[in-house]
Amino acid sequence: MYVYDQYDQRIIDERVAQFRDQTRRYLDGKISDEQFLPLRLQNGLYIQRLAPMMRIAVPYGLLNSRQLRKLAHITRHYDKGYAHVSTRQNIQLNWPLLEEVPDILAELAEVQMHAVQTSGNCIRNTTTDQFAGVARDELEDPRPWCEIIRQWSTFHPEFAFLPRKFKIAVCATEQDRAAIHAHDIGLELVANADGEVGFKVLAGGGLGRTPVIGSVVSEWIEKKHLLTFLEAILRVYNQHGRRDNKFKARIKILVKAMGIEAFREAVAKEWAPIKDGPSTLTEEEISRASSFFTDPDYEQFDEAAAAAALAGQAAADPIFGNWVKRNTVSHRVPGYQAVTISLKMTGHAPGDITDRQLELLAELADQFSFGEIRTTHQQNMVLADVRQQDLYALWQRLQSAGLATPNIGYLTDMICCPGGDYCSLANAKSIPVAEAIQARFDDLDYVYDLGPLELNISGCMNACGHHHIGHIGILGVDKKGEEFYQVSLGGSQAKDASLGKILGPSFKQEDMPEVMEKIINTYVDLRGEEETFLDTYRRVGIDPFKERVYAKAD
Amino acid sequence: MPKLIKNGEVVNDERWQAVDTEADNAAPGVIATLSQWQALDDKAGSAVQLEPGDGVETLLPHLADIELIAISFPVFTDGRGFSYARELRQRGYTGELRAVGGFIRDQLHYLSRVGFNAFQMNDDRELEEAVASLGDFSEHYQAAVDQPLPLFRRRA
Ligand code: SF4
Repeated sequence: MYVYDQYDQRIIDERVAQFRDQTRRYLDGKISDEQFLPLRLQNGLYIQRLAPMMRIAVPYGLLNSRQLRKLAHITRHYDKGYAHVSTRQNIQLNWPLLEEVPDILAELAEVQMHAVQTSGNCIRNTTTDQFAGVARDELEDPRPWCEIIRQWSTFHPEFAFLPRKFKIAVCATEQDRAAIHAHDIGLELVANADGEVGFKVLAGGGLGRTPVIGSVVSEWIEKKHLLTFLEAILRVYNQHGRRDNKFKARIKILVKAMGIEAFREAVAKEWAPIKDGPSTLTEEEISRASSFFTDPDYEQFDEAAAAAALAGQAAADPIFGNWVKRNTVSHRVPGYQAVTISLKMTGHAPGDITDRQLELLAELADQFSFGEIRTTHQQNMVLADVRQQDLYALWQRLQSAGLATPNIGYLTDMICCPGGDYCSLANAKSIPVAEAIQARFDDLDYVYDLGPLELNISGCMNACGHHHIGHIGILGVDKKGEEFYQVSLGGSQAKDASLGKILGPSFKQEDMPEVMEKIINTYVDLRGEEETFLDTYRRVGIDPFKERVYAKAD
Repeated sequence: MPKLIKNGEVVNDERWQAVDTEADNAAPGVIATLSQWQALDDKAGSAVQLEPGDGVETLLPHLADIELIAISFPVFTDGRGFSYARELRQRGYTGELRAVGGFIRDQLHYLSRVGFNAFQMNDDRELEEAVASLGDFSEHYQAAVDQPLPLFRRRA
């Protein structure tokens, strides 16, 4: 994991001092609300329905145990003892006091953390695959590139007042786990015809009220040109992105309006004078960044023996066996496995985690996974480097803390934004809907039988819950002051990315479990051998679902 | 007489008056709008103000002649001027680059990084204090006009 040197630390410390001064001037009445807004947003602070909400950056989802302990302390001392993992792999606090935010930032800086640019119209936290570095299907580790982008985008003087927020994601696998098609810029590490690895660059993807799949700006650029190329795209966007209407301000609208050809030309024009300039990456810098993401001290195991031992344990304790099957994935190193810790236990808001659980995870990370843990954009956490022989012990500890729900990738592992319970932008609550659906589908065997199913819930058009790319998406809408829910089907965040189609008129909150059940039953009735929900939907289309859900009761 | 921060100090501008959008032609000593400036026969020693949306293209052939380029920020959240400044410096403009309008003290540091060396804020009540914000950071990751080498080329 990346470790700050004196430069990184100085930059972050100076940021804390800057915001402390800004907060003081704001509280003294010397900065207006309107002027303070972008300043606090770019330090992660929203003013929400009930209290400020603070979004702490977790760069590309990576945390160490010291940071987890600090987060536990912060949630206990400055908040109500729990935090929330967001769909951008960040950590949110729901109840901090404005006056105390500078202190929270100072505490974070002690463990090389911050809340820089987690909100506001600037370049946000870069996200990536939660299995980066350990995935078997990975071309190469995307994290050094995320760190290079983090540094370049941190306090970038030219791009702090963009037309709108700007999100970058990086992936290095065929099966894109970072949803790069749904980002303002999506980067994929790919080899060209000569086998040299570089970047495929997409731009103009995004969710929100006009969901769009990203377009290819370049099929391949050399790695060393990454930053100048990003700079060129941002410069086109900053000058030409719409600023008259915030709903039309994302880069996706610009790309559409210009057409991808013209957009590419504009980027090429901005790129030419800076290409090969000082911001061109050096070999030294690339290896410096990479040096932080080398292999930990893996032990050598006999693959077959380790697998056999695990299979034996799984057979002896089927509940454990089931958890292994659902919540762990293979690792590129024999004898290791990556474990997803589900933050989707029935009866809890998806993605919420308490101070005690954070501390437990710190301990488990130290004991079982080289002291590191990851957050995922599906609002779970991952211990990426667990020895197979330790899985049983780990599982027991997780189970006693309520962190072993074996539902990763299934219906109840839903993505859900904070919604109307916390968020002042919400049209409707999202957590109670998630909880009601979890309660309705509480038979795990049935849930497994349904196969991989992604349910994504957003409380408004801003789509923090990524509802457009859920196999089933739920969106909170406002109908004459009442909370309603619109359902869409057929979205996908995977390589074959697609956007969901709206089923029809929206529903009341209390009807949602029923509606879900009808949708699921339609699938179960129509599915062919081995067909997932998405397969069936793609084969039969939306009509059978529509008919069933809107059928008049006789 | 406009009060501004220039090269790190609070000064009164005795040379240039603010743009007059009503006038057909820019009077001597008055900063020209882009269209007034285009009408000038002789651009040597001229001063021109760009509004968001103007872009920098028109000025490029004359950068050596222009004495002052003002870039307007009608609202502080409109960041186009940041890119304009960077482009102008990148193309070799060395004259005064002045931010004018509704920007705020807390943007001074970034503004100076992208190449502005003069700042004329609508709210000029506490300019002396505001100067401090120019130095909010002593180190930076990216290359910019004030530091042409990114940190990765300078890390010791
Ligand atoms: S989707 Fe809307 S309601 Fe949900 S967190 Fe985002 S802004 Fe708030």
